[in-house]
This record gives sequence, structure tokens and C-alpha cells, in this order.
Amino acid sequence: MQEVTTEKKEFTPNIVAFCCNWCSYAGADLAGSSRLTYPANVKIIRVPCSCRVNPSFVLKAFQQGADGVILCGCHPGDCHYVTGNYYTRRRMSLLFSFLNYMGIEKERTRVEWVSAAEGQRFSAVMNDFVKTVTELGENKRLTDLRVKEGE
Amino acid sequence: MFKIAKERLNELYAKINGQMGLFIPVKKAGEVNYEVWREGKEVSLETLKTVKSPKNMFFPQTENMMKFKTEGKNLEIIDVRGEKRPFVLFGVKACDYKAIEVLDKVFLADPVDTYYQSRRNATTIVTLACSKPEESCFCSVFGIDATAPQGDVTTWLDGENLYWQANTEKGETLTALVKDLFAEGGEAEVEAQQTATKTIIDSLPFANLDLSKFKPENLNELFNAAEWQEMSEACLGCGTCTFVCPTCQCFDIRDFKTNEGVIRYRCWDSCMYSDFTLMAHGNSRTTQMQRFRQRFMHKLVYYPSQNDGLYSCVGCGRCVNKCPQRLNIVKVIKTLGGKDND
Amino acid sequence: MKDVELKMLERAKALLESGEVARVIGWKKGDFCYDPSPASFETVEELNGFVYDWFCGANLSKYLIEMSKKEGKTAVFLKPCDTYSFNQLVKEHRIKRENVHVIAVECLAKLDIEKIKAKGVSMVTGVEVIGKEVKVTTAYGEETLKKPEVILTKCETCQKTHQVKDEEIILHDRPERDVDRFAEVAKLEAMTADERFAFWREQLSKCIRCNACRNVCPACSCVKCVFDNPASGIAAKANDDKFEEQLFHIIRAFHVAGRCTDCGECSRVCPQNIPLHLLNRKFIKDIDGLYGEYQAGETADGKTPLTSYAEADAEPNDVMKGEAK
Repeated sequence: MQEVTTEKKEFTPNIVAFCCNWCSYAGADLAGSSRLTYPANVKIIRVPCSCRVNPSFVLKAFQQGADGVILCGCHPGDCHYVTGNYYTRRRMSLLFSFLNYMGIEKERTRVEWVSAAEGQRFSAVMNDFVKTVTELGENKRLTDLRVKEGE
Repeated sequence: MFKIAKERLNELYAKINGQMGLFIPVKKAGEVNYEVWREGKEVSLETLKTVKSPKNMFFPQTENMMKFKTEGKNLEIIDVRGEKRPFVLFGVKACDYKAIEVLDKVFLADPVDTYYQSRRNATTIVTLACSKPEESCFCSVFGIDATAPQGDVTTWLDGENLYWQANTEKGETLTALVKDLFAEGGEAEVEAQQTATKTIIDSLPFANLDLSKFKPENLNELFNAAEWQEMSEACLGCGTCTFVCPTCQCFDIRDFKTNEGVIRYRCWDSCMYSDFTLMAHGNSRTTQMQRFRQRFMHKLVYYPSQNDGLYSCVGCGRCVNKCPQRLNIVKVIKTLGGKDND
Repeated sequence: MKDVELKMLERAKALLESGEVARVIGWKKGDFCYDPSPASFETVEELNGFVYDWFCGANLSKYLIEMSKKEGKTAVFLKPCDTYSFNQLVKEHRIKRENVHVIAVECLAKLDIEKIKAKGVSMVTGVEVIGKEVKVTTAYGEETLKKPEVILTKCETCQKTHQVKDEEIILHDRPERDVDRFAEVAKLEAMTADERFAFWREQLSKCIRCNACRNVCPACSCVKCVFDNPASGIAAKANDDKFEEQLFHIIRAFHVAGRCTDCGECSRVCPQNIPLHLLNRKFIKDIDGLYGEYQAGETADGKTPLTSYAEADAEPNDVMKGEAK
């Protein structure tokens, strides 16, 4: 399969954000209704709890062309299901450290705790993450080039 | 017959590569497999057995077959088959060459597999005689002469030189391309090497395997043999034997969704896998014993019964070396093959 | 080793004859001196083919998933490393402990025929181990090799001891070994991300998707693997070297994280000799560092690191910045 060479245009990363229904997703909502901006290239996927995110979701996102993946959940101690995000914390610490070990740039993955009241924080986190990933450039190491065939 | 000094082989590779593609055993991260030659890659002709066989060149492990694009209610089918660039497959051993004959009977029989055929037609095969067979080799059992493989060109390698002999028109064309690197001669050296190698081959531990029982008329008896259960007991159900085998030819067809449409590809499949032969109604083989039996019955009974007695095992011994739990076709032959195996 | 084999054979016979067990799982002779296969023996006659030698590296514990469901008790010979896998499988309710009679058997490291052959020694007809030397008899004569250079990779750093035994057959003292099993992982960690990527790309691009690593792994005991399930959305069958191997190996390593006992079977069986144990060891090293030392399979109960938590656990972003403890 040939690598796709496209003309150099300004790079806007694809960002997938897994957001917990009970906090960050509402936080995103608040950001919107408070007229706070965050980049449109952040695609939010609502999950019932941050611990619903199976590591394969993260990899699948990268496969399908995501340049960065961020998980947002309730602050530790505030989980709607009491302990879900504690498991997320361990899981993602290990997964992201492992991806780094495989040579995937560690700036492409992140976990942030954002409550329903933190619209401001949601917007700041997303702006910062998009900026970081934009500087990093396209994800080439964990994408499946077949996905982009014909583009 | 021509010859070229070993130190100058890189010039030969470069010269071939200038005209057409060159696939050759290359060492990468410690293991030797066929790869596209590039200046600086570590060619290893001496390696007796590449991990994967060269069948990969005609029947790639994964191959795109077509693409689909949909727009509204219209479905466009895009043919991805193109003209194949001519290439040279270099260093094929006698067993692997025979395996290509086995594959030809499957893929080139009507209806012809055009994906396989286009690659096959574009290839010039340069074989290499063996001089250091090892204990897992048993090609002689299938009537293969490891010291004189066929192919478009046959070569022999000793401490000093590579000896070169064209056998076919394709081989002559390739020879003409690279002839200015060659000197004449080598017949005596080749003959000496062949004699020495034959002595080793005759003394190999598996040289006298008895295949007499594997005949179509014994199909039912072999199929129902009680020994399958015991023989397959330790089988993990992995695909190592299948994927290192030069004659295994089964594949699966799958779709992959892209941002633009769908790619339909095929990829090697293994009869050892639990989802092999999975159909809408379920699976016809539900135990590892049945899967194990299928593999060996196919090689030793089913295939020969449809191909004038040609076995679809060539005695390369890869499964002997690579099976994680040390099960292999030799153990099957010894158990079920015939009286002389005792 | 011959004395150990005889003792094992004697016990196997006694257990079968007395009817205490219905079958014994061990190894049976192959065609060469170095290719024994795992096997079960149900009668004393079948024991003719029994063998225990320097090449019995296979881990027998996974066979117990099926065997322990059969009628009657199953006796099994387990080397030190195999007992960890056994415990882990009991913990996950995959083996019926009450149906198994564990005979702990000594292991002074097993030999790797591929490493012996790589030394240029072919046509091996016999081996004898004397201390740190391996005397190899071949069709061409005798060769003496250094034992540490030709043992299985998984044995190089093994410091395991039997965790389960209903009885034991141990006739020799095992020499103390002090090797850091994380040295290779640390070496990779010290590289740049680009170098690490290049390393894994080169290694994993050899992968032929044979699934031997998965199928041999005692921690991979799912009835149906997610990679065999087309409905899973991540079923992978092609060997697309740009993504699929990585997906497979990352998911597999993650799925056994906290449950992998570091038995090293994955690397032993890989036909392309990919150092797969270095994937699992990264998880073990991280778990040890972040959540306290943990050895899977030490016990058959208790929680694993990924099924428990502490309120004071490190934050993922600190882990990535290298600021966690």
C-alpha cells in the first residue's frame, strides 16, 4: 500500500475526546453555553464513565486517523459510580506508558479530570491539547494508512 | 555454465535490480525472510530455510483484491490489478521450488487465479542447490533432488563462487542481462559438491520415511484412525505450521472500511484456526483434532488424490523446526504412513 | 536429569496403577533428542514414551483447562515457572484445582535447540549437561558449549520457585542466579521514542500472525478471543505491517497485564523470534514501580493490580512526564 502524499496544507489534527457523561460531557456543554471556544476538530464521544474506555477504543481511534486521544472523567473521588475513574487511572497510566515504550509520541495521549462545573477548564484543556498535537504533526505511527486511501 | 566470485555477488544483485525487482533472502532482526533487495541489506543465501517460504512472492500474506466506492445508490468496483513489474526470485531451494509447482496446480487450474498468475508470469526464478542439508530435511522422500533444483536458472554456491546455469528462455534472458559479470566454468566444482551433498542427504534421519499408506483408497481408514486424537493432543491451534509451510494455500477474504469506501482483501488463513470453515450454520470442524487431521489429510491424501499422486508436502522441514510443541508432519507419517516407518 | 526422569516415571506409574489419578500430563519423546511434545498418559504402557530432559521447556499448565474438566484426577508435572501460571489459572476459575495433583519437578534451566544450532552445531544426537557446560554429541563429533549461552531466553532471568506442590521431585540444588530481568526493558526505555519505534517496527514487521504467542499463553484463556471475533470491530487477520501487528501485540500485552506471570512462553514459541516478553515485562515493571511489587501467580487468590486501586495512585499525566514515583 502506497503512502499518501498530499500537498502541504495547514495541519489540523483529528482529536478524539472520550468524555464521561456525568462530568466532562456536561463540562463541554457548559463551555458551549458559556460561549467559551474550543477547536472544532475535537470529536467528543460520550461514554457512561471514563472506565468504559477499553484500550482498544484508543487504538481504534488512532487506526482510523486520530492524531491525539484524550480521556476526560470525573475528578478522583467524584465518580458517579464511586470508583470507576480509579480504574481508568491505572489502566490509562499503563497503556499510555506502554504506547510511549512502543515509540508512539507520548504527547498524543492524555487523561484529564473535568467536572460538570468546569466549562472553562474543559475549553482550556482542549485548546492546550490541540495546540500540543498540532505542533507534533500527523500521527503516522499508529494509523492504518488503508483508512486514508483515496484521500 | 558460468561462475561469479562470492565477493562480487552484490554487483550481480545491483545489476539485476537495475532491470527488474529482486526478491532474495534477507536477514532482518535476526531472522531470514525473502524481501526486496536494496543496497546495504544483509543478503543471506547460506541460510538453508527462510522462516517464511517464497510463496509469499506469488501469494502474498495479505493482498488487496478490489475496492468499492459508493455514492448514493451507485456502487463502483475498482479493479486494483495492474501490470506486474518483472522480478527475479533468487535463491529458491529445491523443496520450495517444488512447492511452487504444488501451488500452480491450485491457482493456475481453471478458474485461474489472476492475482497469482500475474505475479507468477512476471517472475524469473533462480534456484539454489543445497550443500548443507540438516536433520529436519526430508525432500528426498518426495523425489526431490536438492542438489539439482529446476527453475529458470539453477545456481550452486560454494566457498568461493556462485555457479550459474540457465534452463529456460526466461533464464537465458536474465543471463544475457548479467553475463558480463560472469566467467565460464564450474562444472567440476558443482559435480563435486553434488556428490558430497548426496551422501549427506542419503544419511539424513528422515531419508527413508514410508509414505506407502497414503493413497486415495485408504482415505476412510486414515480418516478414522484412532491415532489422530493422541497426535493432536498437544496442538495449540496456532497457525505456525501453516504460515511457514511453502504449500499451504488457504485464504480468507475480508473487507476493510476506509474513509472513502471499502477495500476487499484476502489474507492467509489456517485450517488450525477455530474460525476456519466457519459458515452461517456454524462450523463443520469443532475440535482441534478435526482441524489437525484436516491439515495432514489434505497434504497427504486429498491433494494427491486430485493431482495424480503429487503430495502437497515437499519435505522442507519448516514445521519440524518451528512447531511450538514439536508436532509435525513427520510424526504423522511415522504413525500412519506404513510399515517401514517402524 | 536422568535420575529425575526415572523418579518421575516411577511416580507416574504408581499413580496410574493405584488409580489415584486417571491420567498424567508430561512430555513424550520426539524424533530427535531435542523435540519432546507435551502429552497425556492414561496407562502404564503409554509411559514407554515418557521423557523429561533438557528440552522439556513447554509450560503444561494451560492443558489443565481441558484436562481438569475430565473425569477423574489429573496428575501434572510442573516446573517452577509453570506453577505461577497454574495458580493464575486457578484464580481465574479456569482450572478445577480439586481435580489436579501437582507434582513439582525440578528445573535447572532448559536448553534452546535454535540457539545450539545458531552456534553452527547441527545433526545433534544427544546432550549432556555438566555444570555450566553442555556437551553436544552430533553426527559429526562432539562439541562443548557454554550452558548460559544456549538456554531458553525465558530461563536466562528466571528466579522462580515452586508456588504449588502436592508432592515434589527435587534431587539437585539449583544454583543461585542473580540477573535483572528488567535490564532489557530499561535499555529500551533509555532510547528516544524514534529509536524505540524503529526497534519495535523492525521486530514486529516480522510477525506472521500465526497467533502462537496467544495460543500458548496461559494468561490467554478466553473461550473466544476478540481477534477471532469479526463482530468485535478489531478482529485482525491481515498482516498489514503498518498497523495490525501493533494493534494485536498492544492489545494482547495489555490484556495480560497484571496477569502475566512472565513465564516467557510467547518468546519461546515465536517462529520469528520476536522478543515478545519485553512487551509484557514493560507492564510488569510499570506495575511494580507505580503500584508496588506484584508477581502474578504467587497466590491463587487476591486482586490483581488492574482490578484494584488506591486513592493515592499516580496521575497518568505525571506518569507520562516521568514525575510519578
